[in-house]
This record gives sequence, C-alpha cells and structure tokens, in this order.
Amino acid sequence: MTVAADPGADPGVDTKSELSGRGSMGDVVFRGIAVIAATLIMVALAAVFIFLGIEGIPGFSVDEQHYAGQGSFLGLVVPLLYATMYAAVLALIVAVPFSVAIALFISHYAPRRIATPVAYVIDLLAAVPSVVFGLWGAVVLGPYLVPTHAWLSENLAWLPFFDGQPSGNGRTLFTASIVLAVMILPIITSICREVFAQTPRLHEEAALALGATRWEMVRYAVFPYARSGMVSAVMLGLGRALGETMAIAMIVSPKVLISLFIIGTNNPETIAAHIAQGYKESTPDRLSVLIATGLVLFAFTFLVNALARWIVARGRAK
Amino acid sequence: MSIQVKDTSIFYGDFKAVEDVTMSIKPKSVTAFIGPSGCGKSTFLRTLNRMHEVIPGAYVEGKISIHGQDIYGPNVDPVAVRRKVGMVFQRPNPFPTMSIYDNVLAGNKLNSKRIKKSEADSIVESALRGANLWNEVKDRLSKPGMGLSGGQQQRLCIARAIAVQPEVLLMDEPCSALDPISTAAIEDLIHELKSDYTIVIVTHNMQQAARVSDDTGFFNLKAAGQPGHLVEFNPTKQMFTKPDNPDTEAYISGRFG
Repeated sequence: MTVAADPGADPGVDTKSELSGRGSMGDVVFRGIAVIAATLIMVALAAVFIFLGIEGIPGFSVDEQHYAGQGSFLGLVVPLLYATMYAAVLALIVAVPFSVAIALFISHYAPRRIATPVAYVIDLLAAVPSVVFGLWGAVVLGPYLVPTHAWLSENLAWLPFFDGQPSGNGRTLFTASIVLAVMILPIITSICREVFAQTPRLHEEAALALGATRWEMVRYAVFPYARSGMVSAVMLGLGRALGETMAIAMIVSPKVLISLFIIGTNNPETIAAHIAQGYKESTPDRLSVLIATGLVLFAFTFLVNALARWIVARGRAK
Repeated sequence: MSIQVKDTSIFYGDFKAVEDVTMSIKPKSVTAFIGPSGCGKSTFLRTLNRMHEVIPGAYVEGKISIHGQDIYGPNVDPVAVRRKVGMVFQRPNPFPTMSIYDNVLAGNKLNSKRIKKSEADSIVESALRGANLWNEVKDRLSKPGMGLSGGQQQRLCIARAIAVQPEVLLMDEPCSALDPISTAAIEDLIHELKSDYTIVIVTHNMQQAARVSDDTGFFNLKAAGQPGHLVEFNPTKQMFTKPDNPDTEAYISGRFG
C-alpha cells in the first residue's frame, strides 16, 4: 500500500489505501511541524534559564568591588529590583486608564469609520522602535516637561514623589514613566479592545433594555465579561515595562538607589538599564554579576505572570 | 398605557425591513405578533422601546406614541423610554457575574440610585413573586443567576424587567429556548401579568399566540427581498376563526410559513 496519494488514481481501485492512508501525509507533516514548534519554544526558554543560571550564579558571590559600590549582591539587586518595579508601576498608572478608555472608545463609542483608523494608529505605536521612544523622551519630551517638573515640586511637594530639587533638563524617572506608558499602551489597548468587542450582544442588550446609559451598560455587561482579559492585558503591559531597557537607559542618568522621588537628577536605576549600561566595559566577574541581576529579573517577571494567571483563574472560578 | 403606531417604517441603513405599520395596542392586554421568520415582527417589537436604533445605521420613520407621548419625539431620551418599556429576550440573559438578588435589582440600581436595604429586599421579593419564582429561589438569593435552569433564568429576566415597574412589557419569543413545562409556566405568568402591564409578545408558535393573547397581528413579507408589513391586526379570536385576510388564514391553517 502506498502512502503517497496519487491524485489521478481511480479511487475505486485501491479502497484499502482510500480508508487508511490517503490524505494523511498532510496531517503527519503538519503535526510534526506543530510538535517541533511547540518543543522548540520550550527548549529555547529552558536554554535561556540554564544560561542565566550557569553564567549568573557565580555573580551572587564575587569580590565586592564588582557590585557597583553596593558591597554585596543583595545590596545591588534590591534597589535595582525596586526601581524596576517602581518605573513599571508608574508607567501602568499612566497607561492603564488611557488604554481602557481608548479601547472602550474604539469598541463601544466611536462610529466605525473613526474607530478603525484610531485602532490602526494605536497598533502602529507598537511598531516604533524603543530607541526612537528613548530619543524622543530625552530630546523632546524631557525638556518640554521641565516646567511641569518645576510646578510639581512647587505645588505637590507634600507628596514624597515630588519633594525635592527638580531636574533642570527633565530627564527624570517622571519623564521616563510617561515614555514607558506610551510604549506599553498599544498592547494593553489592543487586548482590551478585543475582549471588549467580544462582549455577548445579549448581555449588552439586557442592560440597555433596562434603561442603562451607555456607560452603565459598559459597567454592567462589558467590564464583568472582560475582567480577566483586562488583567491579562495589564500583566502583559507590566511584563513589557519591567523588561524595557532603552527608554529608561537613554532618558535618565541613573544611580543605584531606593527613592520615591521621581523628578530629580538622581533616579533609581532599573535592572534592564543597569545591564545595558554596564555590560560593555565589564570584566568576567562584573559580567556574571550583571547576568545574575538578569536572572533575578527573569524570575521576577515569571512570578508576576504566575500571579496574574492565578488572579485570572480565581476570577473565573467565582 | 395604550400604544399607537402610525405609518411606521423601519430601516437598517438603506434596507427597509418593515413598511407602513399602523396599529393600536390596547392597555393591560396581551398583543401577539405572529408571522414567518424574517418578516420583521421582532424588528418592529424592538422599535417600541427604541432598542432597534442600538444597531449602527438603524432608524425608524413614522410615529409611535405610548400613552399619548411620542417616543421618537425630539426631546425624548431613549434611556427613559426603555425604563418605561421593559423587555424580555429570546434567550434568557441574566447578568452572569451577579447573584439572583442583584440581577433583580439591576434596573433599580441604574442611574446611581441609592436604595435602602429594606426597600431593596421588598422590591426583590415582590418582583420575584410577580415572576412566580420566589418560592424556588428564596433560599438562594445570593447564588449566581446563571445557576438556575433555563426556564427559571427567563423568569428571573421577567422579574428583573418588572422590578423597575414599567408600563409596557415586550417579549421577544420568550419561550423559544425553553422546554414545554417552562413554557407553560411563562404562559401562566403572562396571564397574571396582564392585569398590571401592557404586554406585547412575538412568537413563532401560533398555539401560544392563541392561548395567551387578546389581539394578534400577522406580519408577512410581500415577496422575498421586500420589506415586511402588517397583514392583519384583529382580536385573537377572530384571527383564528374567521380572519379578514386570506393570507392570514393560509398562514394560520398551516398552508405556508
């Protein structure tokens, strides 16, 4: 029996191969490709993890001169991790309300001929290289925000974020967070938009028929339906913000420190920026320290994602 | 609350779905719309609470007034119309994340109204009693509405609709997704509700129209691709015994549709 099917063959002649073999070639090939692709991604992930482990673990305990003046690995990584989280959370605070509002505008408020171009432009934002965002933040947005910095330190100094001498060039964590927010906005917006648009029409009409305004309909029907999708969207945005390097590295002049103050000249340095700025002039010991901080970032993002999934799953079970 | 409909045509963009309907719906009675699929009876029903225009491009021409007030008048808020004219849909649609209790109160809590707990309790009880559901759910009001059976969910939706005390209740094939026993429960309920509400029901089931309604309107298409129109509107008894129009008789006796 031949497995390779001859399209010209009379189907009546070889009924056995008709039943058992014909057409299965495509299945075998496709199944093979699917399995290989799925395996490959797991292997790649494992390889990254193993690389980080092997190269990074020595970095936990090298001579203390390699810890950028912080004395020990913990002394270095804790402020870095803090800064990474701080910058990402600041970016989320700016980006999430905008993203949800834009997504709602596209899915439920705007007429279609406006919604489609708006959605397209937002998606295009995701295609802008992060170097360009960094440059824009440092050269354009930073100087533009200098008066804002001054205003914040004058009027909102009772908040620890703004209590101090404002930066004269606007290249601060404040500016960097806004740039980061712009960078994570497309992913959050497009996922929210997709889940909002999938709200069952039946639920929307249930709310409208009760005399709900459009906003009430959104609260009654769209948000409850989209909640877990919105959490995933925010977590993906958070993931991108945690790992983002260029925007922060290019905009701020960082120091390894823990501080809430975000509009000064000295800004907390994130892990990604620390690696990007340090790895070129590094000795092997210094390099393994940097890789070790990368390992911490990897583990941390992994934890954040696991936590997000747990939240989403718990929301569904209710 | 009588409903007067005059020369009303209904459009989806350029497509005219229903043409020139004129009818007068009596208060505190049950009016049924029957007709083959796609003849515009559901579309017409949805114009009575301005739900039709929720679909992009859809609009209505003509005049529809409820209790003497033109519901398509220039200063009329569709949201206010929908509070006066409740609606029950083909498939039960309780809010999936809400408990039975919150589902019933959903309409009352709109427009940021604050209700006292005792008042809320009594609204929930009377609405659920009104929908013949109280005895079945009174011990599990905090459970999700989606946990009920299909027929119970539909009665929950009726309770939700009557909790805001509308004047008119529209039902769009409320039994088409239900089994015969649940259907009988809903039909009994319709009989009870008509002492308080003006009820308009769309149904595919002619026996159901004959059982529950006082007046019946028969919608039909003139031809495929043509808009639907109202063929005949008469008391149900007359419609099912000696209709004026031969098309009505043909449809009711099962010769087409």
